[in-house]
Amino acid sequence: MAAVREVPPDNDVHDEVLAATQRRRAQKVQIAAFFLFVALVPLAVHNRYYLHILIVVGLNLILATGLNLLMGYAGQVSLGHAAFYGIGAYVSGILTATYGCNPWAALLAALAVTSLVAWLVGKPTLRLRGHYLAMATLGVGIIVVVVIRQTTGLTGGAAGLTEIPSMTLFGRELQSNMDMHYFYFVWAWVCLLTVLFANLVESRPGRALRALHDSELAAQTLGVDTAAFKVRALVISAAYASIAGTLYAHSSMRFLSPTPFGFHTSIALLVMVVLGGQGTLWGPALGAVTITAIQEALRPYADYDIVVYGLLLVVMMIVMPGGLSRALGALYGRLRERVARHRAGDVAR
Amino acid sequence: MSEVLLDVDGLCKDFGGLEAVKNVSFQVRHGQIKALIGPNGAGKTTIFNLITGVLPADAGSAVLGDTQLLGLPTHRIAALGVGRTFQTSLLFDQMTVLENVMVGHHLRGRSTMLTAALRIFGAGAEEREYREAAMQALDRAGLAHLAGRSAAGLPIGQRRLVEVARALAAEPRLLLMDEPAAGLNMRETEHVGEIIHSIRDGGVTVLLVEHDMSLVMNISGEILVLDGGQRLAEGRPDEVRNDERVLAAYLGEDID
Ligand SMILES: Nc1ncnc2c1ncn2[C@@H]1O[C@H](COP(=O)(O)OP(=O)(O)OP(=O)(O)O)[C@@H](O)[C@H]1O
Ligand SMILES: [Mg+2]
Repeated sequence: MAAVREVPPDNDVHDEVLAATQRRRAQKVQIAAFFLFVALVPLAVHNRYYLHILIVVGLNLILATGLNLLMGYAGQVSLGHAAFYGIGAYVSGILTATYGCNPWAALLAALAVTSLVAWLVGKPTLRLRGHYLAMATLGVGIIVVVVIRQTTGLTGGAAGLTEIPSMTLFGRELQSNMDMHYFYFVWAWVCLLTVLFANLVESRPGRALRALHDSELAAQTLGVDTAAFKVRALVISAAYASIAGTLYAHSSMRFLSPTPFGFHTSIALLVMVVLGGQGTLWGPALGAVTITAIQEALRPYADYDIVVYGLLLVVMMIVMPGGLSRALGALYGRLRERVARHRAGDVAR
Repeated sequence: MSEVLLDVDGLCKDFGGLEAVKNVSFQVRHGQIKALIGPNGAGKTTIFNLITGVLPADAGSAVLGDTQLLGLPTHRIAALGVGRTFQTSLLFDQMTVLENVMVGHHLRGRSTMLTAALRIFGAGAEEREYREAAMQALDRAGLAHLAGRSAAGLPIGQRRLVEVARALAAEPRLLLMDEPAAGLNMRETEHVGEIIHSIRDGGVTVLLVEHDMSLVMNISGEILVLDGGQRLAEGRPDEVRNDERVLAAYLGEDID
């Protein structure tokens, strides 16, 4: 005999608010577990090459998280995101190498310049409906590389910018030849920027972005200044790229050339976001890990990676349009259901 | 009679030769339920689009209280207290029902991208507060059990109710409802009528576009009849019902 359970009339009310709090708590646990795991990695990995790759994964994760905010949440496409990455890297590199600036001051200056450029690109284009931002960022991506190549006196041109000093932390140099320290430094940034991102998307402005993604008209009718919110999403996403750029500039190579900031990288970032799962918390991480691994594996055939990205995009659109993280989430759900059913069967027997 | 909340005067809209709205003037008074009716293509939805800044008007004015609405962007008009529901419900399909209603709180929220990301200056408290408030709003609308559901999968009747709850979360002074009963069965339509009454009793003025004549005749204090973009008649339900021009416009349709 089942016991008669008293259901208070507002049971549902508390259920859903509770569920929301629980979801958020679960997310915090996931984030904590992930970064704890990352923190333990150097204990197992002593190989400098692997540590370097993991630093690259971290940078890509920052870039993909920023782009995810723009694409997955605000529904806007950037085809030149590597340009913001490049501006961040070069402003930091030039200010510290040529003008002897403090790396942290240079980081802030790079943030300011990148955000300004993003704002100037977004302001006129995001008021219009359609793919104007994609076009404009494509243009910016081309222009930035050309400018880097041509302003040889400032950027070192195609030959590159050398002798970029190390990042400092509390007045001490983060010896970039000891990749372990820099690994922790970069991943601390990844952690911080992931937490900020998780906070942002579950908030008034984050919901405004998702709302305008679904229906600009309905969002406007509820008072959302959709054009302004799209511009803000672009600026934040560019700011993320700028921080990744600064971190790149001070990494062990201490050298910048225009190559990593071209169209190739913009497409790779786009594929990371789509492959991982747009509009999810863990999509960028899955995408960054997968694409960085592919990039390393294809290093001898670097010119053909764009073919792989194209194929990946097409296959993803057909096989799992929601991206890896949603597909894995669904798989996990199905497994749990099966286990639960199995247990229930046991009880019945 | 109570004072005028919305004063529409000489409104015109031309779609490349098609005069969708021709010199339409009317007033909506505080606390009123006013209906806008007319055959398909009469220009009803276009008038809503003009008032809410979705489309630019060619001429005329629409004044809310003492603020000219025409020329303002849609989100500013919303901030002035004009809410709207759409002929085909426009829910945010990637969000849950609860989140949909929470977007309705947007205008009252204060948190910015920066404070929300850092959870400073009360952004966290605001988030909890609006989650609770949205949940209570759903509870009052009898939709609490749907809170965690994705908006995309809801049947049309529930979509309309969620859309209304979302619009009310913004605490509008004037709510424009475009065919809230379209696609609903008789029982659901009656329920919508009750809801509109309770919205009005809650102090919100309602301007309603509706084809369901029994609903319109039952709940409206005043009816404006449009035909071919022009004002055909205006008055109390019993006056409109017996107006010859209205009967002619609706020839073949059942007005009772
Ligand atoms: N954006 C637009 N561009 C061109 N023509 C339009 C536009 N919106 C509406 N129209 C035309 O204007 C006329 C009035 O349309 P409207 O949608 O206002 O009618 P309605 O009274 O709401 O009709 P219904 O009862 O069918 O919803 C119609 O002939 C329609 O085709
Ligand atoms: Mg209409």
